[in-house]
Amino acid sequence: MVDPTEQSSVSDTSGPLAQRSGGVHTLRESNSALYRWLSSIPPSYAVFACVLLLLPAVSSSFVLSQIFSWGLILGMIGLSLMFLGGYGGMVSLSQMSVAGLAGYMLAILGSSAITDISVGWPWWLAVPVAIIIATLFCTVIGLLAVRTEGIYTIMITLAIAAAFFYFTRQNYVLFNGFSGFNGIKPPVLLGINWKNPVPFYYLTLFWATVAYLSVLYVSRAPFGLALQGVRDNSRRMAALGFSVTAHRVAAFSFAGFIAAVGGILLVWLNGQISPGTIGINPAIDILIIAIVGGLRRPIGPFIGALIYVILRTFALDILTSMGLAGERFQLLIGLGFLVIVLWSPDGVLGLWDKWRSRVTLRDPWNRALGKSAITSANKSPSISADTDKPL
Amino acid sequence: MSGLNTTVADRLQAAGTANALELRGVSKYFGALAAISDVTLTVKPGERRAVLGSNGAGKTTLFNCITGDFLPTAGTIRLFGEDVTQFPAYERIRRGLRRTYQISLLFNELSVIDNIYLACRGVSRARFSMLRPRVNDALLNSAIDLATVVHLLEFKDTLVANLSYGQQRQLEIALALAGAPRFVLFDEPAAGLSPSERAELIDILNNLPSHIGYIIIEHDMDVALRVSESVSMMHNGLIFKEGSPLEIESDPEVQELYLGGAHE
Ligand SMILES: Nc1ncnc2c1ncn2[C@@H]1O[C@H](COP(=O)(O)OP(=O)(O)O)[C@@H](O)[C@H]1O
Ligand SMILES: [Mg+2]
Repeated sequence: MVDPTEQSSVSDTSGPLAQRSGGVHTLRESNSALYRWLSSIPPSYAVFACVLLLLPAVSSSFVLSQIFSWGLILGMIGLSLMFLGGYGGMVSLSQMSVAGLAGYMLAILGSSAITDISVGWPWWLAVPVAIIIATLFCTVIGLLAVRTEGIYTIMITLAIAAAFFYFTRQNYVLFNGFSGFNGIKPPVLLGINWKNPVPFYYLTLFWATVAYLSVLYVSRAPFGLALQGVRDNSRRMAALGFSVTAHRVAAFSFAGFIAAVGGILLVWLNGQISPGTIGINPAIDILIIAIVGGLRRPIGPFIGALIYVILRTFALDILTSMGLAGERFQLLIGLGFLVIVLWSPDGVLGLWDKWRSRVTLRDPWNRALGKSAITSANKSPSISADTDKPL
Repeated sequence: MSGLNTTVADRLQAAGTANALELRGVSKYFGALAAISDVTLTVKPGERRAVLGSNGAGKTTLFNCITGDFLPTAGTIRLFGEDVTQFPAYERIRRGLRRTYQISLLFNELSVIDNIYLACRGVSRARFSMLRPRVNDALLNSAIDLATVVHLLEFKDTLVANLSYGQQRQLEIALALAGAPRFVLFDEPAAGLSPSERAELIDILNNLPSHIGYIIIEHDMDVALRVSESVSMMHNGLIFKEGSPLEIESDPEVQELYLGGAHE
């Protein structure tokens, strides 16, 4: 995308550097990889990263947990849907079930207040095993879903989500039925109690960043590129030597892993998990989050999740202050969803792109640069080895 | 190649090992319609053949059966001696078969170089690699070479959706030449090309390494006769005549059915 600030910063730095003599040059070469990487980060991203890192200094623990940590976790689960839907063209409604299974497995294998069921494994064993089981679960969902296309993929994954929900509600031996598990705590490690809002926020921020960057990275690696090929034209992919089915299933595994990590963090945040966490409504909420944010780029679900948690947290207050029944917050979320999707089928990201291209065109300086701006915009989706440009 | 009438060659022929492609009694029905019926066809390695026939003769369907886009209703297909009749398309491609499509089937949301890179990747290892290619990645380099062959290097970062029709046709050909092709099916590659692009195409085809055989479907007799050493005529799903370009051109039945029709 054409970023005016980026354009100017590039021309500003290359000018003086080119004029300066030897010293700078050798410094530049000795650290060239690091230098290139650092200078490839647009200033706006550096600012954004600082804001995220400094948030705990300015926000209350309530806002930190209930807006930002929760938003990042839902963003990760939405990201797993975005990966399947945006890059693979497969919209899966089971991603919340995958996250939920990871959470349930952590509760069952680790420790919870339900000591009759919980096995009590240490977290370093329970967490990886839970993630592996959930990833396998998502792979199996993939095996079932990839032979279908479009609306049928949605139906099958919705059916799986519904079946899993009813199963957990009726199974008392393993899933403790209606009440589920509570008293699940993140570990105390390195002298830090990770349950406290600030450490927990950094924990989620770390994993959300890892998930985001991996999706971004993989999208330009052969695996991700081939997935986009499958999305654009599965028949041609087969005629190029790719097994379309295997690629789609692998995409489900990858997405399942991300959702599973999100699921672990979700039970640690809430301290509990029950069928209500993984019902049809939460499954659809994840879809709303991904679509409202935008399915085209991995940042979309995080934007969608932030909007969702803000609405979810404050809609009740707004509605009651207006003298309306508080339970109607779903209505408000639904209305917001409708407005955004009607306005821009590409979600908030689509609106943002539209606004930016309008601003860029209006600016005469950018209009003069129009040609080069277009070529640089076209460069970013290419596989040339060094286009690590974030978004 | 094998000498005439030597018993060894005859036996090799019978076993199918001497042939790049061998179709026996291949039929494809769409409901009651026989798009191709009982087609038997043998192509030797390195042989270049043209398939001619009017619209709806079943030429594209024949290609779809050979590549595995469709499974044939009846018959067997051997590729380099191996029975691939039940193989999925990707297995046949990995064995050296390639094709282009009459109506371009490209990845519109990806750039030109990504399209070609995918083609190179599809017939190599590590299709699932999660690592981005390095600066001197061999496949990336061969993708760039292929872009150069079809004059698309300066458009390598352009999204395919923004290419002109002629450029998309060129890209179709680049995708079919990726990896180490042994046998290529060209489905009307010259359709819609300008005269200069046509000449370019003929050049590319005539300069392919001699071990690469191909079948080309082509309406333009001029093009077909300049790039092939044998011709098969199709009509109503049947191959009704095979021969050298000269024989076919002077054949009265062909002239009546095909060339005559073209002049009207
Ligand atoms: N996918 C399909 N479904 C149904 N009928 C088809 C299909 N593909 C081709 N046909 C029919 O098969 C016949 C042969 O078509 P085709 O192989 O495309 O001919 P050609 O390439 O020689 O013009 C036509 O009558 C066409 O309508
Ligand atoms: Mg055709």
